[in-house]
Amino acid sequence: MNSKLLVAIVAAVLVALPFLGIGPYPLHLVIVILIWSFAYTGWSVMGRFGLVSLGHGAFMAVGGYVTALLWNEVGLTPWIGIPVAMACAAGLAVLIGYPCFRFRIIGHYFALVTLALSEVVRQIIIATRDTTGGSLGYTPERFGDGWSIVAFQSDDRMMFYYVALFFWMVGLVIWRLVDRSMSRYALEAIWEDEDAAAAVGVQVTKEKLKVTVLSAVMTAFAGAMYCQYQMFISPDTIGGVGISLQIVFAVVVGGIYSMLGPTIGAVITILLAEVLRIWIGTEAICLTDKICFNAAGVPLLVYGIMLILFIIFLPKGVVGAVIDKWQGRGKRAEQS
Amino acid sequence: MLTLRHVNAGYGDFQALFDVSLDVNAGEAVAVIGPNGAGKSTLMRVISGLIPAVAGSIEMEGTSVLDAPPYEIVGMGVAHVPENRRLFPRMSVEDNLRMGCYLPKFRARFEERKRFVYELFPRMQERRDQLAGTLSGGEQQMCAIGRALMSDPKILLMDEPSAGLAPVIVQQVFELIDRIRAEGLTVLIVEQNVKQVLRVVDRAYVLESGSLHMEGTADELLQSPEIQKSFMGM
Repeated sequence: MNSKLLVAIVAAVLVALPFLGIGPYPLHLVIVILIWSFAYTGWSVMGRFGLVSLGHGAFMAVGGYVTALLWNEVGLTPWIGIPVAMACAAGLAVLIGYPCFRFRIIGHYFALVTLALSEVVRQIIIATRDTTGGSLGYTPERFGDGWSIVAFQSDDRMMFYYVALFFWMVGLVIWRLVDRSMSRYALEAIWEDEDAAAAVGVQVTKEKLKVTVLSAVMTAFAGAMYCQYQMFISPDTIGGVGISLQIVFAVVVGGIYSMLGPTIGAVITILLAEVLRIWIGTEAICLTDKICFNAAGVPLLVYGIMLILFIIFLPKGVVGAVIDKWQGRGKRAEQS
Repeated sequence: MLTLRHVNAGYGDFQALFDVSLDVNAGEAVAVIGPNGAGKSTLMRVISGLIPAVAGSIEMEGTSVLDAPPYEIVGMGVAHVPENRRLFPRMSVEDNLRMGCYLPKFRARFEERKRFVYELFPRMQERRDQLAGTLSGGEQQMCAIGRALMSDPKILLMDEPSAGLAPVIVQQVFELIDRIRAEGLTVLIVEQNVKQVLRVVDRAYVLESGSLHMEGTADELLQSPEIQKSFMGM
């Protein structure tokens, strides 16, 4: 099938989606999927080069909290607040990335440093509960009813759908630009052998820092978008280790090396979470009189099992596996 | 072309090079020979800026490269073929070559340099889409040399090109070096395979425990009883 035609059809369906008689709840799910897809794409921009960060929950939280705090406390419009939040995330990325890259903290050690970052930012939010609301969460003040451009708020899901759709596509374009750039070769070379990369003239620290800042800024933007859409953020919904791991998990499931991998990962994980939530609920489940647990933990259990299975059997994720299969069939067809 | 004066270098508290001075003139092939752990690789890494020199001076065509980062040194025309090839194993041969002219000022000449390397090593053209990690040892060495030649360097630093290769392949690798010399390139090569390397270079230095002990033309050293005794088992 003509792939351009396929893309055109998908694009047309996405643009027309709100007019296809879709209910508010499915539309809400699609918006949430688009926002998370953007965050996941942001993570995979660096994750695909072996720069596994478990700290992206921190960047997402910075994006949401800085935007909301500036709006509530200073009255600064998100049009300025979001860029400021992104700049803060960039600063944080340099603060954590530069020493790591300069002193060759790579692989598992880099993941551990970033894991700590997730927790540090979460603890800061909780410690400053007088301002941030701590673990109870934080709500940007409503501008009023209807929609407001200045406040970047809207009652109307449809409007937010188009905003999210637009930025989701921007995310894919950024992914593609990185994929086509010389930095991609540099980062792959660094991943394989830092010394050899340096010996051919790659500026190792600079290249790593560039992609880390890009990734952090994208994730912070997703956090801000999430905040403006949900009108509620808490350390556990956009920050902390939980969100960091969720990001990694979704991208691994969808496909870390493909442009649409993070998006498919978002579709699978968010739908799965919804299905499990509706199906199992949040009641206490008792196996015997003594052994009881909260059903809200079941999705985590399912996630954990799925993550193990994916890493063993589908290391390139769903999209990667489909592409491999498709190309493999093409090659066999050529040979026969 | 390349001048080292009283260079000291090491890793942390450990000093690996003591007061090393050597010269490589344009068009020459010079070897630094010595046993394991003599500091040969350290010498190469200091010249290409991968580790800093603690003291002394290193000049490339009169310009100091002492505090220059590796990418600037590559830009001055110093290309490094690292020990054990150090290719990018999951990249194709052609992408490995592409990395060889990674610096922006070299990129425009990618096609031209690629043709040059393919003419020099036709085997690389046959293998261009193959992942570098799946090449045989000798082919990997070809690819590593090819990658270094992509930037059209003035001087090629070769770190133990024969390491880890079967004797037949070692023979081929030294033939490659002969071919590169015929292109008029200046070469600085460190080797343990003394007998072989002295046949392809003009001059050599002997490095032992981090300092230079002897120097001479390749023929002088080949005839020297001391060299024959310590390195050739005669």
